[in-house]
Amino acid sequence: MILGRVVGTVVATRKDERLLGAKLLVVRTIDPRGKDEAGYTVAVDTVDAGVHERVLVVTGSSARMASGLKDSPVDAAIVGVVDSVEVQE
Amino acid sequence: MHLARVIGTVVASRKDEGLTGIKLLIVQPLTPDHAATGRPLVALDSVGAGAGEDVFYVRGREASFPFLPAEVPADAAIVGIVDHWHVEKTR
Repeated sequence: MILGRVVGTVVATRKDERLLGAKLLVVRTIDPRGKDEAGYTVAVDTVDAGVHERVLVVTGSSARMASGLKDSPVDAAIVGVVDSVEVQE
Repeated sequence: MHLARVIGTVVASRKDEGLTGIKLLIVQPLTPDHAATGRPLVALDSVGAGAGEDVFYVRGREASFPFLPAEVPADAAIVGIVDHWHVEKTR
């Protein structure tokens, strides 16, 4: 999984019917120390995350295993809101 | 599977139900020379690994298999703690 920071929302009216009701958020990838990394991802939110929150994003086919996303055309899902990160060197 | 060192932990209270009770660790992928390579990532722990330990982890859908029959949304999971490894030097 990757760590990210929610930086925005996506609204799409015309979309796959399995995505109806899905909340789409734009996530900036960050490193464990909180520094921005290259790349943005659009992820389906399954834990009611909000803008500015640090989140845990699962990518690839595993994203469909997140709650409520069975058989959805999804390759990135937010599955956790991060309280804290501790890094030892 | 890939070699890595556990360098940290992640705490998340609000999360997918499937992740309840599972430890989240930050791993830094390693080369066979123990040098860091690529970006650190968050992996689920299925073997009781801890910070500072060398481990190997699996990526992709298979990362959820150690937790079967629970359906865990995971794309990276630590599946072994490495005692040691040896790679012959090539020239």
